[in-house]
Amino acid sequence: MRLVILESSDSVAEWAAKYVMKRIKDFEAGPSKYFVLGLPTGSTPYGMYQKLIEYYKAGKVSFKFVKTFNMDEYVNLPRDHPESYHFYMWNNFFKHIDIDPKNVHILNGNATDLVEECSSYENEIEKAGGIDLFVGGIGPDGHIAFNEPGSSLVSRTRVKTLAHETLEANARFFGNDINKVPTQALTVGVGTVMDAKEVMILITGTHKAFALYKAIEEGVSHMWTVSAFQQHPHTLFICDEDATLELKVKTVKYFKALSAVHHKLIEDTIPIERSRSIH
Amino acid sequence: MSSFELIQFINCKILRNHKLIQEHLWVRNGKIINPERVFFDEKIKADIVVDCNGCIVAPGFIDIQINGGFGIDFSNCESIESGLNHVAKNLLNSGVTSFCPTIVTSPNDVYKNVLPRIKKNKGGSHGATILGIHLEGPFININKKGAHPSECIKNLDAGFQSLIETYSTLENVSIITLAPELKQMDEVIRKLISLEITVSVGHSMGNLKDGEDAIISGASLITHLFNAMLPFHHRDPGLVGLLASNNIPLERTVYFGIISDGIHTHPAALRIAYRTHPDGLVLVTDGVSAMGLEEGKHNIGQLSVEIKNGMALVAGTTTLCGSIATMETCVNIFLKATGCSIEYALEAASLHPAEALGISHIKGTLNFGGDADFVFLDSDLNVLATWIAGECVYKKENVLIKQGGGII
Repeated sequence: MRLVILESSDSVAEWAAKYVMKRIKDFEAGPSKYFVLGLPTGSTPYGMYQKLIEYYKAGKVSFKFVKTFNMDEYVNLPRDHPESYHFYMWNNFFKHIDIDPKNVHILNGNATDLVEECSSYENEIEKAGGIDLFVGGIGPDGHIAFNEPGSSLVSRTRVKTLAHETLEANARFFGNDINKVPTQALTVGVGTVMDAKEVMILITGTHKAFALYKAIEEGVSHMWTVSAFQQHPHTLFICDEDATLELKVKTVKYFKALSAVHHKLIEDTIPIERSRSIH
Repeated sequence: MSSFELIQFINCKILRNHKLIQEHLWVRNGKIINPERVFFDEKIKADIVVDCNGCIVAPGFIDIQINGGFGIDFSNCESIESGLNHVAKNLLNSGVTSFCPTIVTSPNDVYKNVLPRIKKNKGGSHGATILGIHLEGPFININKKGAHPSECIKNLDAGFQSLIETYSTLENVSIITLAPELKQMDEVIRKLISLEITVSVGHSMGNLKDGEDAIISGASLITHLFNAMLPFHHRDPGLVGLLASNNIPLERTVYFGIISDGIHTHPAALRIAYRTHPDGLVLVTDGVSAMGLEEGKHNIGQLSVEIKNGMALVAGTTTLCGSIATMETCVNIFLKATGCSIEYALEAASLHPAEALGISHIKGTLNFGGDADFVFLDSDLNVLATWIAGECVYKKENVLIKQGGGII
């Protein structure tokens, strides 16, 4: 497990975007070899998408041979609702880049058979050859995707009934009316993300500091589902200074001492496969 | 490009919801479409990508009052069909994608012969869309006749019947300008509204009450505000007072045409109208046959016209004989005179006229589902190219538009 501590949320966005770009380039994607990317929504990854769009426009990266799988989507929310994850991905990322719509996958929360939708999503991921890099964010309660506290750490893509706290937290996006917040979502499972070849989790802000502490300093717990990634062979946590406030000084110093090594990950000259083996 | 192809316009600032935004514009089958649906439902990419080179893309201009231009006078024209074609084609150069050919007060036989031959007509590379005829007169007040021939001016004493007898047909008519103080006005307006014809008040000695009554009956437009009506008086505000009337039904907007050619309406008058009632302001050229002709002397019909310093004069005199500013010029003059936003100036020539005619669901915006009629403009609002139904119908010399690997 790696923890990269950066100055601000802007640097987290930039670092994450550079890493995604680097992985796509190193992969040498082509018509017969697609890079498969898992993607989150929310305020944390927004900056990363902005940066990726900037790099795309500057001709530094192309998504022509990239397949994407999104983490989750609300159930029964119209696709053009501003809070739907389809809406988010279209407006904040896909419409700006050269990705082929055929290669974009987002769970359909309006499918007639939701269970079938989830299992075919798992099949689609498998058919694509598995996910090369899954990017995620976390909630203040340490959830990844909609795998809220208590979710099984081997869970797969499924329909999830949302906790009341989640509804309360989300009400601000639905005109402060809790009755308008969708009560269910489709989400990839912790196990689905664990199957990715590599996982990069972005954490910014003081309100996520306790979750980061739970994620990396405490043991693996299904009450803090993101902690499962301690056991993933290639996990990168990218956080800003604010998110480290609940960590031990020792932990912070340890990872900061490794920063020179970590920064090599996004350098143009060294292939990632090489720097990856050095911890 | 065939109309079924999916066209994506990139690298442009488009005017949508009263704002210029950095956004792509997607077009198929002559309509503006929602690319989100194409992306997630059809999962296809654009067949053609057009690089707009950073320009402004605004809805095509709509001129609801234009008497002719480029040497043609619609009311006095040997072959109306070829005359219309000639004007429709030339209007594309100034960003006009739709217009209402306007017929001024004329003898009955002109109406009888000409009106059936002016058909509503879809635009394209042959010219701008003809939305329908604007009949300006003969039911106007002789004391505010302007340039209309007084011997042809009529009253409405026999109500709607007088109207039918005069015009013969209303089939292709979109707008009729009437003086609201005439008798039988309420009946006539209600009848016209039921035929989906927009009623405009003008060429009138009417007071504010006459105007308000007409609006309550269903009129929704004022013809070239300030011109051919009583001047604003603070105790008797006349039709100009409609801009600030509190007797207009709540859900209604009074629209008004205004000529911002820099001559027919003083810049201060433009500002007064703009600041008083911005939602209703519709730019019109009221262009005459000399519009679009070069400086110098021209013989148009029996009239000898001299164009001098952007003004059309009766040759050898200083008498103005109509407006000759194109819509492109009117937009620019209006913008400078009022200091309004670029968005507003563009909407006054597109959205507002479409609203005045009740067609803003298909024209006058770049909203999804609307007709793909639009103009490319540089930051000084010079027209660079004009598009109708997703087809490039005019391109200014030396403007490069990159499409796919090539240039159009």
